[in-house]
Parts: sequence; structure tokens; C-alpha cells
Amino acid sequence: MSGRGRGRGRGQLTFNVDALGIRSGESLPPSAVKPSPVFPPMQVQPLPLQASEEVEYMLALKQELRASTKVLPFYIMPAKPKKDVVRYSDKYQSSEPQNNTIEWSPDWSRMPAELRVKVRKPLESRERPALKRKVKSEGKQEVLQKLEKLEKKEQEAASGEEEEDGEGKKKNEEEEEQEDDNDYDGEEFEEETDYIMSYFDNGEDFGGDSDDNMDEATY
Amino acid sequence: MNGEIKKMTGTSAGPALVKSRCHLQVKKSLCVLVQHGMCVFGSGRRGPGGPTEYRCLVERILYTLRFPRYIYTAKSLYGDTGELIVEEVLQRGEMTMSSVVKTVADRLTHNMEDGRSMDYSEVISAFSSLVDTHFLQRCLAACGKGNAATSSEKTPNSSAATPESLTDCYKLPQINLRGRGKRRRSSGDSDVDQRGGKRAKLENKEVNRTLCGDEGVFWQVNFERFHLHFRDQAIISAVASKMDQTSSEIVRTMLRISEMTTQPNAAYTQPLSANEIFRALPASYNISRSTLDQYLTLLVDDPMEFVGKSGDSGGGMYVVNLHKALANLARATLESVVQERFGSRSARIFRLLLRKRHLEQKQVEDFAMIPAKEAKDMLYTLLSENLVQLQEIPKTPDHAPSRTFYLYTVNQLPTARMLLQHCYKTVGNLIERRLFETRENKRHLEKSQRIEAILASLQVSGAEPAQLTEVEEMITAPERQQLEALKHHINKMDSSENQVDETIFLLESYISSTKTSH
Repeated sequence: MSGRGRGRGRGQLTFNVDALGIRSGESLPPSAVKPSPVFPPMQVQPLPLQASEEVEYMLALKQELRASTKVLPFYIMPAKPKKDVVRYSDKYQSSEPQNNTIEWSPDWSRMPAELRVKVRKPLESRERPALKRKVKSEGKQEVLQKLEKLEKKEQEAASGEEEEDGEGKKKNEEEEEQEDDNDYDGEEFEEETDYIMSYFDNGEDFGGDSDDNMDEATY
Repeated sequence: MNGEIKKMTGTSAGPALVKSRCHLQVKKSLCVLVQHGMCVFGSGRRGPGGPTEYRCLVERILYTLRFPRYIYTAKSLYGDTGELIVEEVLQRGEMTMSSVVKTVADRLTHNMEDGRSMDYSEVISAFSSLVDTHFLQRCLAACGKGNAATSSEKTPNSSAATPESLTDCYKLPQINLRGRGKRRRSSGDSDVDQRGGKRAKLENKEVNRTLCGDEGVFWQVNFERFHLHFRDQAIISAVASKMDQTSSEIVRTMLRISEMTTQPNAAYTQPLSANEIFRALPASYNISRSTLDQYLTLLVDDPMEFVGKSGDSGGGMYVVNLHKALANLARATLESVVQERFGSRSARIFRLLLRKRHLEQKQVEDFAMIPAKEAKDMLYTLLSENLVQLQEIPKTPDHAPSRTFYLYTVNQLPTARMLLQHCYKTVGNLIERRLFETRENKRHLEKSQRIEAILASLQVSGAEPAQLTEVEEMITAPERQQLEALKHHINKMDSSENQVDETIFLLESYISSTKTSH
């Protein structure tokens, strides 16, 4: 029984030498001792790509699709890494949605309810819609009275939110004023600061906005 | 971020539990995936009371490779309107008919000359034709809820519910949508609009909020139907290249007649009589009835067996053998891969083994008419690449090597699967490399984008040519060269992805056709 006994007798192979056509004395190719190289040299060059009108059109389509998916609300950016120091300008410059909801509204009857991120607003904002409706019919004086009553109620109910109550009602009034005449300079009133939004620019866009002043000499 | 979530759900393959206190980004990503149909959810292993489980549909994610092909097909069949409809639905996953119509009309209007706008009715008619030919279909009502979500449909509460099981799958809803596309206001005429700005905004909001009568009815692209169309195209072009144009027209006619009557997984089309085919041929082909019969006989006798004869009534009943055609196409793909990689003589050995199934070393040398030494070399190369397998047939019970037959063989299906895996790896490598190239040259790309923006704004405000050239010179010549090279590379890689995807489609269709017939 030739070949019996693993390892006994070097040079005895497990397969029939004649049947596979290896003549004795010929060298077998060297056995591999490491993984194959990552970019092995190619013996044969591949065929060139097809280059018809259809192919070019599909190429253009593909690149356009890629560009437009980045703009759609479906493109979720990774969470911003925490900065070392929280800066004041972050409050007015951040481009992410303030509350962590998604930026498009799907039909929630078709989605599992647990994926819906409920936005937690402070208590009095839930009463703002009710207040707004009443405002239109009643008038400002009565509003102020009601606000004061509610303020007292809330001071009993919630502690620690008293400061926000005052601000909340001021915000409410300002928003009503805004709705009446939109001719206010939107920039300044947008986010409740006393500074124009360009105050918060950190110089990243400098040099790129040179559209108007090319006539003047730049130093 | 979406990519990471996909990896996480994809690797588990089965349902994945999502805890209710999970990270917000994960929730957002899951919403996006569900919206696009790439992920399904349902009550999980613990029944309706337990947490929801999510399952990732891997093939839907891989279909994104094929989006340009779908859009191009829609364009060739239904023009620009059809193209934009399919593009919008693909990008947003699922949409209601009214939102599709509005968005597409606006986009078309934007591209038209000033003063003209696209009427909604044209878009609606394009949409209806897409639905009539089943390229778009209704989405299932909310899965996992088990109760009817819309008025006219009831989904069965089983995990195998498909959109086709809905009775109204292709029924258009009644919507009362009249109007024309709106042109987006450019910043030029913003002065006039700002004063009426608030009123215009309110009007727009009201228009958007008017119920068009089709709330809750969402449409999605019917990928299977596109795939059937691609398969038909592949068969027709194969016939055209093997025989001639007229035969391919005949086969095209046969496939067109049986488009709606054939089941998606059918092995062959419904039998068609020669009379029907004759009547349905396009008017430009004036061939006589006897010529048609001759062509049909030729097609039937061809060893590729695209067309088969199933009876003699009605002048001869003919079918198109779909599964056989797919198998032949896959086989041709495998053969061409071997040929391009290893040369035409190795390809001869490969084809020989495909036809004769099992051959010994000596027989391979004889049949292929290749000298022994080279034949042995080629066989070993093919064996090491796993394109050819070795089958042992022992003569004696103790499997002694000297008394065993060793036969070389090729199995088409496993080889096709292996090649398919290689194709996926290829696409992965291409994407990886493209991202790498983009990352490496990010600085250059941003700089060139900024300069283009400056140039564009300069031209709008009417600057002198001297200023334009000055701005253009901000990019140095070697940088320009580098950018050109980068663009060339990226185009090549994108093109390659598209082309590899064609092979992926063929191999996938073949493999799935074998699954159903067994």
C-alpha cells in the first residue's frame, strides 16, 4: 500500500503522480509561504472600458446623483465632535438642527413609533399655541393679563423655570410683532442677538466674497 | 453615518434589536433606511409586546449601484419627464403621486426657457404610463401593524406580503391636481417679492397643504420590472449578435407581446402562435409570412435554444426559453472571463470541460489539441483560481491514489456564484479607491470649487476679462494638471462600476433563476 502513513517517507505524495502528468525530476512550482501580494503584476492587460454615448450619459447621471444625495435631508452627517471650549458664536452659527429630529417629515403611520424623537420643549411652549389663537380675537391687554395669571400658575407648578417664563413670554410677543410686519431686517432679529450675523463670522469666508469690491485695490 | 449603521445591521443579517434608549443618530439613520425601503421592521421574536426588530434588505442596498441604469431606461422609454419621475422616486424612496408631480413639474420648468412652464397634466400622463407598465408600484401599508392603513387596501399580516399582493397595486388614485410648474425665483427679482414675501409664503403654504386626495398612498420603483426589462434587452442583443437584426426583432416582438402575461419567475413565456407574431411585428419590417416561419425555424434549431417550439396549432406555437437564455448568457460571461484572463487556449479547455462535464487529464489534452505540458500548466492555473475542480473516483475502497480516477470538471452554478462574489469585491475596491482619491485631493478640489464660484459671480456682475484671467491664474498649471488627472481617474472608476454592475446583473439573474426552477 503505497502512500500509507502520513509523513512517512518524504517524496511520497498523496495523489497519483502519473495520472496528473508530473514526470519525475521536474520541479514543482514553489509553495506559497505568505499571502499573495496586494497589487500583483498583471500578465494580461484588461480590455478598455466601453465608451458610447449611453455610457457617458450614465456616468454623468451617476455623478449628479451622488452630488444631489448629499444635499437631500436624507444625508445624515456624523455627529460633530465635541469642541474643547464651548464658544459663544456656536449658538448663532451652528448649522445642525437644534433639536435632534430629522429634517423631513415622513408619514409616521408607516414608521415604527419608537423612532420618532419627541422634542422636549419647556412647559409653557405647549400653551403658546393656545395663547396665539386667543390673541387674535382678544387683544394685547387681555393677553398680558392672561400671561400674568399663567405665570403665577407655573410658578407654583414648576420651580426653577421662572426665569424662562419671563423670557418665553417676551419671545412670544416679539414673535407676534414679527408676524405683523415682516419688513424688519430679518438678519438682526433672527436669533435674538444684538449683533448682526456677520459679527459671528470667523474669517473662513474672507477672500471668497470678493464679488462687489474688485474695483478697489486690495492691500 | 448611514454607512456605519448599514454595516451593523447588515452583518447580523437577521433581525436586530434596537433598544429604545438608543443614540439619536441611529434613530435618524433607521428612519432614512426604512423610508428608502432598505430596512423593514416588525414585531420581533417576542411577539407584539416586545421590542421592534429591524431587518436589513441587502439586495435593495445593492440596487443603488444600478440607479443610473434605471433612470436611463426610463428616459429611453418615456422621455425626460419619465426620467425625472423615476429619479425623484429613487432618491426619496417613496413619494405620493402629487408630490412627485409637483417636484418634477418644477424641475422641468426650471430647465425650460423663460416664460414657459410645464403643465401638471403632462407629468400626470407620464406617471400613469409608468404605472400602467408596472414600472412604479404602490408601497405596502405600514408593515408590522397588521391593520389596514389606507381605505381600500388590506395587507395580510404575514411576513411574505409583497406589493403585488395588494389588489390596487397599480391603481392610480384620484387626485385633483391642476396647475403648472413654478419657476424658482432667482435672487435677481427678490426686491419685488420681498414686499409680497409674506403673502406669497402664506399662499405657498396653503397650496402645499391642500389635500390632493392621495394622502397615504405612496409609490416606489418596481425594481423587478426594471430587471425583467434588462433581461429582455440582454436576450435581444444576444440574438442580434449571434444571428442578425431581423431575428432579434422577432424575439423582441415575442417578448413585447408576452410582457404582461408572463410571470416574473417563469422559465418560458406563454406560447405564442406564429400568426400572432406576424401580426405584431412592427410595420417597418415587411417580411413575408414564409420568411417569418423560416426565421422561427432557424431560431428553434440554434444550439443556444433561445426560442423553442411548443406545438403546431396556429401556424406553430413558439416560446422564448427565458431560463435557458439566462444560463447561456451566464455561461458566455464565464467563458469570456477565462478568455480575457488566461488566454484563448485556456478558454478552449474551459469550454470543453463545460460541455463534456468530466474529463481526465489525458482526455483534456487530446480533445483540446494542446500539447501535454501546456495543457497541464493551464489546468493547474485554472485549478488554483478555483475555476476548475478535481473530482476523485476511487476504483478500490481504500482510495489508493494509483488506483483512482481524477477527473477535471466545471460546475457552472458554483463558478457563477464565485465570480459574482469577485464582482462585488471589485465594486467595493473601486468605491474604496475613489473615496481615497477624493480624500487625498480634498484641498485641491475645494480650492477649485471656490475659484469657480468666484468666477461665476464675477461673470454675473459683468467683470472685465482681465479680472477673469487673473482669478483663473490663481490655480497653477501643475495643480490644474493634477485636477484633470483626478477627474479622469474618478470618471474611469465610476464607469467601471457601471460596467461591473452589468455583469453583476447577469450573474444574479442567472443564479436566482436556478433557485426558482429547482
